[in-house]
This record gives sequence, C-alpha cells and structure tokens, in this order.
Amino acid sequence: MKRLHLLMAISFFLAAGLFSSCDTQTTEGVVNGDVAEQAYVPPGEYDEFYAFLSGGYSGQVTVYGLPSGRLFREIPVFSQYPENGYGYSEETKPLFQTSFGFVPWDDTHHIELSQTDGEFDGRWLFINGNNTPRIARIDLKTFETVEILEIPFVAGLHCSPFITQNSEYLVSGTRFSVPMPQDDVPISSYAENFDGAINYVSVDPESGEMDLAFQILVPGFNYDLARNGKGISHGWSFLTTYNSEQAHTLLEVNASQRDKDLMAVVNWRKAEEYLEEGAFETRETSYYHNTVDEGSGIAESEEETSVRVLDPKESPGMVYFLPVPKSPHGCDINPTGEYIVGNGKLSADLSVYSFEKIQQAIENENFEGDFEGIPIISYEAAIDGVVEKPGLGPLHTEFDGKGNAYTTFFISSEVVKWDVQSKEILDRKPTYYSPGHLVIPGGETMNPYGKYLVAMNKITKDRYLPTGPELVHSAQLFDISGETMELILDFPTKGEPHYAQAIPAEMIRPNVKKFYRIEDNEHPRATKGEGNARVEREGENEVHVYMTAIRSHLAPDNIEGIEVGDEVYFHLTNLEQDWDVPHGFAILGNTNAELLVMPGQTRTLKWTPQRTGIFPFYCTDFCSALHQEMSGYVRVSPEGSGVPLRWGLNEDLEQQMSLREQAEEKSEDRM
Amino acid sequence: MKSLTFLFSLLLLGFVLSCGGGEQPPADEGEPPQSMIEEEETPESIAEGKGIGAVENVEITDTIDMQMVEMGRSIYEMKCAACHKLTDQRVVGPGWAGITNKRKPEWIMNMITNVEVMLAEDPEAQALLEECLTRMPNQNISIGDARAILEFMRHNDRERVGQSDQAIEEMEG
Repeated sequence: MKRLHLLMAISFFLAAGLFSSCDTQTTEGVVNGDVAEQAYVPPGEYDEFYAFLSGGYSGQVTVYGLPSGRLFREIPVFSQYPENGYGYSEETKPLFQTSFGFVPWDDTHHIELSQTDGEFDGRWLFINGNNTPRIARIDLKTFETVEILEIPFVAGLHCSPFITQNSEYLVSGTRFSVPMPQDDVPISSYAENFDGAINYVSVDPESGEMDLAFQILVPGFNYDLARNGKGISHGWSFLTTYNSEQAHTLLEVNASQRDKDLMAVVNWRKAEEYLEEGAFETRETSYYHNTVDEGSGIAESEEETSVRVLDPKESPGMVYFLPVPKSPHGCDINPTGEYIVGNGKLSADLSVYSFEKIQQAIENENFEGDFEGIPIISYEAAIDGVVEKPGLGPLHTEFDGKGNAYTTFFISSEVVKWDVQSKEILDRKPTYYSPGHLVIPGGETMNPYGKYLVAMNKITKDRYLPTGPELVHSAQLFDISGETMELILDFPTKGEPHYAQAIPAEMIRPNVKKFYRIEDNEHPRATKGEGNARVEREGENEVHVYMTAIRSHLAPDNIEGIEVGDEVYFHLTNLEQDWDVPHGFAILGNTNAELLVMPGQTRTLKWTPQRTGIFPFYCTDFCSALHQEMSGYVRVSPEGSGVPLRWGLNEDLEQQMSLREQAEEKSEDRM
Repeated sequence: MKSLTFLFSLLLLGFVLSCGGGEQPPADEGEPPQSMIEEEETPESIAEGKGIGAVENVEITDTIDMQMVEMGRSIYEMKCAACHKLTDQRVVGPGWAGITNKRKPEWIMNMITNVEVMLAEDPEAQALLEECLTRMPNQNISIGDARAILEFMRHNDRERVGQSDQAIEEMEG
C-alpha cells in the first residue's frame, strides 16, 4: 500500500513536471498511420484552398496550399524584398512613404479578405502594419501590394484591419495609447494625457481603394483585437482591450490587476449618423496614402492632412463598454452574428455574450456605471453563458458553420472544440506547441468551409531538424470534418504568422493574371518595342536607359558615355507576352537590389556608378537555353570626360560607332 | 474461368480507383494510349505547308491593304522586332525578307498564334528551332493581329525582294 502511494506520488510529480516545464511531447497516439493521404496532393494537382498567412516580423504575407501545406509565394508588403526589387525599384519605393519618412519594414498581424454579404469574394486582401500604423491592400488578381494607408494618432496598430460583412469598413484600434495629438508630456501622466482611437477605413466597392473615413476618440487603453457584427449584428464592432488600469510600466503585472477589462462595443451606423449631422471635429495631422496606378504600375504617395474625429462624450449611443474577464485577447463572432466570444488570456473560462442581450441591456439602460462618460453594460445582463474550464490561456476562436467553435489555448497547448449553443466541450487535441491564432477556411464569415483547421504555433522546439537557436514557426493542419479533430500535417512557416485566412482556390484561381498586356502598359518610360530602346541624358547628371528584355537579350546591351556621378535609371520593359517568363536585371556594384520584371511590365532601377570602368549587367532569372548570354556592358568614364552617349546592339552599335569615329576624325582634322 | 474474370474485374477496379479523383480526365475507355497507336499520319494541313492551328485558309488579294500594313507594323515593332529583322539577316529568329515567298500565309499565321503546337508538330517549325536554338515565344497575338502582320510582311517583301506570296503560287503552280 505504501509502495502504491509512493508510486502515485512519483507519477504525479513526473506528470506535473512534464506539464509545468513546458517540455516537448511526442505525437505518438495522436497521429494515425494513414493520415498522410488526407494531406497529400499528387504532383501536378491543385490544392483545394489558398491559405494566406501573415508574416509577423517579416512584414510580408505568405501563400500556402491546403491541405498540402506547400508554400507558393511570399508577397512582399511592408518590407523591402531584394528578391524582386519591391521597395527598391523606383515604381514601388513610394509605397513605403509615411509621415516618419521612408519606412521599409513593419510587423504584419491580421489578414482580412474582402467580403460581400458576409462571405469572401476573392477580390482583395488587407493586412496591418503594427509598428508604424498602416493598412495595406493586396490585389488577388496579381498577388501584389497595390495600396498602403497610414493611420494617424495611433501607435501600434495591432487591433487591425477587421472587415465588415460588405467590406464597408476596415476597423482598427490603437494598441499603445499616446497623447492625441502627440505631445511632450511626462509618461506618468498617462491617465490624464493619453488617448486611444478606433479607426474606420472605408473601402471603395469598385476599386478597393481605402480612405480613413473617421476616428472615434476613446479612453487610453490597449485596444487588442476586434471583430465586426454580421447578420443580425451587422453595423456593430466589438474590440477587446486590456489595461483598463491605465498602467504605463510593467504592464505584465500592473495591467492585470482588475478582475475584468472592457470590450468596446461600437454602433458604427450611429457614428455615420453623427458624421452626417456634422457632429465631428476636424483635426489637422499628417499621414500618407500610397497607391499603385494600375496602368503604369507606378506607386504615388499623397499626404493627407486632416481627419474627422467623433467624441463619444458628445455623441451618445455610439460607444459602450462591456466587462470581459481577465485581460481578453481574441474577440470572435459566430457565423450567425448572435454570439460574441471573449477570450480572457488569464481566465480559465470563455465568456460568450449574446448580441440580443446586449441590445436589451442598452435599451433598458442596464449599466454598471461608466468610464469617462462611456456607459458600461452590465456583465450579467449581456452574458449568454460561460464555457467552463476549457483549458488555460484562451486566445482565439473560429467557427465551422455547423454550430461548433474551436479555441486555441496557449498555455495548455491545445485546440478545444465546443458547442456554441450548449457551451459543452466536445473534443480537445494537443498542438506542438502553444498555438496563437487558428484558421478555418471562411472561419470568420457567415458561411465557413468547415473541413480543415490550421493552428499556428508560437513554439516549435523539437518538431523539425534543429537549425540553431532560431527555429521556424510550425503550423498544424487538422481535419475537422468528423466529430473529433484529426491532426494530419505539420508544416513550417515564414516569419511569425499571426492570423491567417483561407479561401476555396476556385474563388481566386480563375481570375489570376498571367501577364500584363504590353498594349495596356501606361508607364511613361515604357519601351514598347526594341526599336524604341535608347539612352537619354536629362539635364546634367541624369541618364535614362530605355531597355527591353525578351528571350534572350537585353537592348541596348552596350552603353557608353556614362560618367561617375551620374544617376542612371534603367527602365526595363519585359516584352514577353506569355505566362511565367519574368526577366531580371542586376548590375555590378549596385548598392540596392535587382529588378524582377513580369511580362509586359516596366520596372526602374536607379544606379549611381562610383568608379570608372566596365560594368556588366545581366538577366537574373533563368529564362531560356541562352539565358547565360543575356547580358551587356556599361562603360563608366570619369566625370566631365565628355565621352558621347552611345548604345545599341550589333549593327546599330556599329553604325553609331562609325558615325562617332567619323566625327572624331573630323574634329582631329580641324585640330 | 470465373476466377479469371474475377481477377480481371479486380484489376479493372484497381485501375479505375487509381485513376479516380485526378484532375486530368481519363482517356476514353477502349481507346489505347497515344503511344500505342501506329505512327500517326501527318495532318493534311502540315502536308500542305499550312502548319497546324486555327488558321485553315487565308484569302489574300493582289493589292496591299496599307491600313493593315500600318497596324501590322506597330505590332511588329512592339512584339517581334526584338528578334526578327526586316532584312534577311538572322539575329535571334530568321529575318523576314522574302518570308511570304517561302511560307504559306496559313503557316505564318499559325506559327504566330499557335507556336507551342507548331514547334511540337510541324517539321518546318522544328527545323527552324534547331537552327535558331531559341523557342519562339507566344506573344499573345490574336488571329486578326496576325493577319495584319502577314500584310506587313507581304508589303515588306515587295519593298525588299520585289515580289510577295510566291509560296502560294509555287505550291499551286
């Protein structure tokens, strides 16, 4: 008997040790032998879904196929990308313009695909830049970033860019409250001087172009995540916050004092009414709006100088607060729009609110007081139910469209499936390890495709062959078509994916552009045909090279008359009109990057030669059997040497050379 | 006998199962795969020197349509001039001088609009690839635009070599 006790005690300690030390686990007993087939997409066949993963600190977006987990592309968004010249080419540089100047990096978090009637429409992808507050739009015909809008008065645009059911707005909130407008004040005056803002960016239904429609002034909390209502709750936004304590140091402890934090509940239709009535203040500021012109492919930067600000104190019925237990993170709404789930990271329970109960509480003024004039809705009046002890550290919830919710638990490393109506726990599966976001294709829409679930894990440890102290983040694919979740695949990701969204491939694949029609190229420095290839000097030091590329030569490929101190712009037009034939361009000693030019497109690389000599350039993308031959030379002469400009190929060059020689002979004769 | 039939059914089932679910439509039942058919006969159009593609018959007139020539010239300058000179000099591809005396209008237009298939099936096109070593790219040219290019070629031939369209008369004469 004693021995039994001892044994039990030992096994208890062992188990406890395993749990608390966050040690790695094995998947034995979790994965069945034949699951490989479920994720297997045979060579040459297509995946059923596109999955778009944010890149976190990479600043980019990655495109994967589901269920195979194959990586198709990294789309550069907020970070320069020397691989194709994004952010280095003259056409794309203006995308990085901000009120702080040229900012070539950011931290991307939340992917939002455009919606119509509460479902994905496959047109655009929006994503936030967290550090220097911005929102980007990617065109899903070209998978290229076509617009970046800076958001003023906020800092840390983590809570962004959550979309409404007809893409009316992208809603965002400040993560780090700061004085609004910025001011030199003691940090300890936080409660007095720091403000938050909730931002509404409208999306043009035809062009997709963004516009900062209005901002709502809110108390200085940390606005964390949001969702917009849909169906019956359409017209409302829900934003979780933490730090209702308004701490400004050691937030880890000081922002976790209260039992409950507050969720902001915004009636944006009411906000529109106030705007219409003119009940707003126009605040002067500076922020940049950068858009790519579709015809030329050139990004232009425009400074905006004012924004309309609404103050809830003067606009009743627009903003409410709702108590949520313990530092909530995710805030998610089920497909019918009836239930709002608050995931309190430090709480052991999940709080599920009813939209109808919230409406009743507002109608009956069932409030627990107010915060800076904003009514706080009674928790008891709004709560629909609690999922009791589902796990530790709930972060995010998605839905399968069959009445079930799936929540990630960071601390206990698992995904838990529960019934939205009954709040009953139906299944739980471990993840490897510590998941942050999860995604079900269409999981935030009114019509999810509840077949797969991807958990994006924050800790990788022993999952793959080790690569030094820095490891890739792992994602795990579960089949959720049955009653219980089944782990079928593990795949590595790039950067640190936060949120992701997945969409049936057939909603995007048929619309994807294969090349740019050269006839439609409106770039002012395009060279439409090799006969127009030329070199021109504009003013003292500026030289423009109008160059063409086609398999397998660049034209012109011999250039003379460039001098040290010149600023040389290579405008490369790819004359190909076929799919998958990009040409590249790189030149010796260039201090930035290469260009990768898609068929029919024009891209410009600026080069400032610093020494005299001969500088080879070449095509960097293996394009044909004679790719290695696709190259040329630039001669760089000393400043002021007066070597005449000449350029060409073959006989053009010979003609120019003989003309030049004749001219030189003549001038010698004269001497 | 019965067991043999059973075995066959099993084999057949296995075949059907292993083919199911693929993107590619399975070949019509009963039809042997391409490689098993005897050497396919050369399509008539290839034998006639018209190449292979959507262009089966081109009507040309003795006079040259100058409007079409100008249209053809602008497409040439944008999409063709990088590889084809208007003289008989070969750079990447063959020079164009005299082309309509060598190739039928249908061959020319099929080569422009259906280059992948031409390079796979037409012996004349294949011989050119062997000579030039660069596959002619698909430049996304419509049949109408290819017709304009043909008119531009005919005009170029009359200017440079004094006559055009000899390939037609040669074959028919």
